[in-house]
Parts: sequence; C-alpha cells; structure tokens
Amino acid sequence: MTLALSAEERPIADGEHGAGAAMAMRIVAESARLLGAPRLIPIASAHIDGALYHGDSGTLFAEKLVEGGARVAVRATLNVGALDLMGCSRVRLEEPERGMARRMMEAYRRLGCEQSWTCAPYQAGHRPAFGSDVAWGESNAVVFCNSVLGARTNRYGDFLDIACAITGRAPDYGLHRPENRIATLVFDVSALPAEFMASEIAWPVLGSLYGREVGNTVGVVAGVQGHPGDDALKAFGAAAASTGAVGLFHIAGVTPEAPDVKTALGFGLPQATICVTPDMAADAQARLSTAEAPDAIDAVAIGSPHLSLAEFDALESLVAGRRLTVPIHACTGRHVLSKLERNGRRQALEALGVVIVADTCVVVTPILADRPGGVLMTNSGKFAQYAPGNTGYSVLYGSLADCVESAVAGRPVFSEALA
Amino acid sequence: MKPAAQGEILVPGATGEGEALVLTAPISFWGGVDPKSGRIADVRHPQCGETISGNVLFLPGTIGSSSASAVLMELVHNGHAPVALVLHEPDAILLLGLIVAREMGWQTPVAVRLESARFPAFDGREVVVATDGSISIR
Repeated sequence: MTLALSAEERPIADGEHGAGAAMAMRIVAESARLLGAPRLIPIASAHIDGALYHGDSGTLFAEKLVEGGARVAVRATLNVGALDLMGCSRVRLEEPERGMARRMMEAYRRLGCEQSWTCAPYQAGHRPAFGSDVAWGESNAVVFCNSVLGARTNRYGDFLDIACAITGRAPDYGLHRPENRIATLVFDVSALPAEFMASEIAWPVLGSLYGREVGNTVGVVAGVQGHPGDDALKAFGAAAASTGAVGLFHIAGVTPEAPDVKTALGFGLPQATICVTPDMAADAQARLSTAEAPDAIDAVAIGSPHLSLAEFDALESLVAGRRLTVPIHACTGRHVLSKLERNGRRQALEALGVVIVADTCVVVTPILADRPGGVLMTNSGKFAQYAPGNTGYSVLYGSLADCVESAVAGRPVFSEALA
Repeated sequence: MKPAAQGEILVPGATGEGEALVLTAPISFWGGVDPKSGRIADVRHPQCGETISGNVLFLPGTIGSSSASAVLMELVHNGHAPVALVLHEPDAILLLGLIVAREMGWQTPVAVRLESARFPAFDGREVVVATDGSISIR
C-alpha cells in the first residue's frame, strides 16, 4: 500500500509553509508509510510527550522545528517536562543537562504548545469529543483518551506527536479506524470479591495484570458493578499501558463504546476469555513490589498519573495533620497546584513533610535523594513499574492509606488484607 | 551451513556488523534501556545489565512508553545505538527515533523485519546486516 498525500498536503511537504512544517510533514508521511496507512486524516488536537528531556538530541530536534518557522495547527497540550518550573521541588539535574532541558521546554512553548506540563491533560480541561480523531502521546493519556473519552488516537511516540500537531494530520491507521476498536478478548473480573473490587488498589493491580495478559489486543472488562470514577480508570489505564502496549480498553457498562459486553465485541465471539481469579489478582499485586520485606522505607511517591484535586483531598484526610517521618512526593500538574495554593493547602501539606512535585514527576527526572538500594513505596502501578529502572530504588506497593501510614512510621505498615 | 536470512527493510541505514543480542522478552526502551549508555536497566527483564550498544539487536517485541523513539534517537546521537535492529514486527514508535535522526542528518543503523522464530540461530554470533536487508554470519 502506498501513501497518497492530498493536494493540500503535498505543498507542505515541498516546503511552501516553511522548512519546519515540511520536516513535520515528511515525518508524518514516513510514519504513515511504515504503518501501511493509505492516507492522512485531519486531527482535532494533540498531546505532546516529546518535551521531556532524554538527552540533547530531542532539544536539537525541537529547536530545528522552531528555526524552520513551525507552529502547531491544532490545540496541543504538553506532557511533563524534566524540570519543576513552578519551583515546588528541587530537581537534581545539573548543567549542562539542566540548560538543555530548559531550552527544550522553551522550544515547545515557541511552537505554540500550551504550558500544561501534565500527564493527565484529560483532568486539566483537555477532553476531546467522543469519536473525534486526535494525536496524543504519553501512554496513560492515550489509553484514557481512547477508552474513557472515546476520542480516537494511536499511541503517538515522541516527535510524531509534535509533527502531527504542526501538520494537523495523522496517519489513517490503527485505532482511528472503527473496525480496530472492537474488543476481541474478554477480561472477566466477576469472580473477584466485592470488597477487593471496592478497594483503591483493585484498579492499578488489575491494570497491571490486564496489560501483561492482553499486550496490544483490545479487550473488554466484564463484571464491573457501577462506575469506578475517573481516578480509578486513570490508574487502571496507566498500569495497563506500562505492562503492555495497551492503547484502548473497554469496560462493559462503564466506558462509552461498551454499553455491554456484546456491543464492545462488535456482536462477535471473543478470541479469548480471561477469567481473573483471586490468586491471579494477588499474584499481580505481589509483582508490583520488588523490595523484599524491607524494615524501613526511604520515600513515598504518589501521582502517576498526576494527582487530581480529589486525590489530594484523600491524601489530606489520611495524613490528618500528622508529621511524616519520610517524605511523600505528591506529583501533580499546575491545574491542581493553582487550586491547592488558593487557600494555603499546599503550604500546610509541605509543613507536614509532603513534597509537592509540579510539571514533572519522580521517575522522569532526578528528584528522589540519590540513594542506591533505597526503598520507595507507592500506590501507583505505573510508578511501581518504572521506578526500579529509572531511580535505582526498589519498590514496595500498597494502598494510599498504607503509603501514608508507612510515611508517618518510616517503615512499612500494611493495614488492609491482601487480595 | 551458516544461517542467513533476508530481512525486509523497515528504515534504511548503514550496514551494521556486531555481536547478535537476541532479547528473550519484549522490552520498553523508555525505562528499560539507559539512554546514556544503552545498558538494559529494567530489573524485571531477564537480560538486565547487558548492553544493546554496538550489538545487532534482535527484538521479539516492544512494550510500554511512547518515549521509546526519544531513547533510540538519543542512542544514535551519542553513539550508543545498536549497529542494526532486527524486529519481529515493525514498531512505529521505536522506529520513529531512526526516521527523525535521519531528518537531523545523523547516520542511523539499518532496521529490518524478520520472523522471531529465526532469531535463535544468530544469537551470540558475529552478524552483518547489509543495506539491502540481508542478515548473515561473518
């Protein structure tokens, strides 16, 4: 299959809108060729994951686009960067990396992107319409956008996300096409006890199991009673997208393309059914921890994806004014920070030992104390997956309540029964 | 007879010669590979601690983050990329790192597609992946 650029797209690739737009169009077209997409389609918005510093190459790329006069053609929010521009937390990134990270963030601003700096743009006012085509990066944002909002995006990698935003186009491929959004697998959780399903850890634990079991298959979760709320779906999707290449899930009776199991399956038969047992859930929960029965913990990290205001409410009520022995790093975006600052809540939390991290998070940039062999406790399936490789800490997984009690005590405290 | 295969070119690039590293499990480049050195950093990966830098890398699959392209491009820019990539399936997110590196004018390794069932024959051998996609043992 060969890609055909339209009469509108060809002059852009030929440089009539400047060198930056031409480079962006070539990148989109080359990706479309690689994917076997026959054409490009217009997009309504973009979420840009590419402004996170991984090394100088990304900064040089963004600056080349700026030099070429490129601007985004659609609404484009920014995912986390490598620096806390709000100055809440200290990022231990030294020169010359620090300067290059700042140059990168500035280049994306000059391309016309919104300074949202969050991995939860869908909780910061960027919620594309059901059925609209968009180009989003950041695996958790992609899976939320597809699954919970019902907008259509593939998992856009760094560089393709900004190239799509500049051209206003994306390859017609994958999850943009309705036939690829139909579930072919059932993930049945009806055998799990109601008290487990009602617990906060159920969603990140099941998400990590789901991602490992389904890979990149579109599945439908069956047996869920009632809507678990956006924060639970956020945790499920983030965990699933960190253990598997999950871009879209359905939950029967909950997500918009799955009024029931039959509809999610496109009225066909599933190719596989996974009946989740309590043992499978317990095993998935155990696998989130890499630390073996530690006596003490060195830090707690929450907020992957970024905490919502409701999650800060829960944190505050669990801490209940007590002084923490080890810090809780609470990662969030400026959309929440501005609300926390309105009535002194930020300062009150900080006085108790909570380290608020804005615009970024503890697994993408060095914020945690440099402590090889340290133990990090978290309630996030995504932090649990990435912290060992990115921070050198081993991970202890627990609920938010357990994380708070452990931070107060300075050692692991588990109050709730395991699954 | 020495094993040989014809890979399908996914992204053109320079001929690569080096020791074959056949990954036994899918990997997430972001979080799984150190962008500074090319060392496998994912403690849950069976080959944690080995390096992909300078190797002909055979990938049975990729998982996880949409930042894989940035990690691969950084490895190309700092000279720690594999000398060639052999993928069971084309992964557009990962390969985009090579496409953008080419746009930047940097020399990139060739990336080809080959069925993973044929990977084990090359494991640990000195392998050449040519610009035409042919894979042979030196």
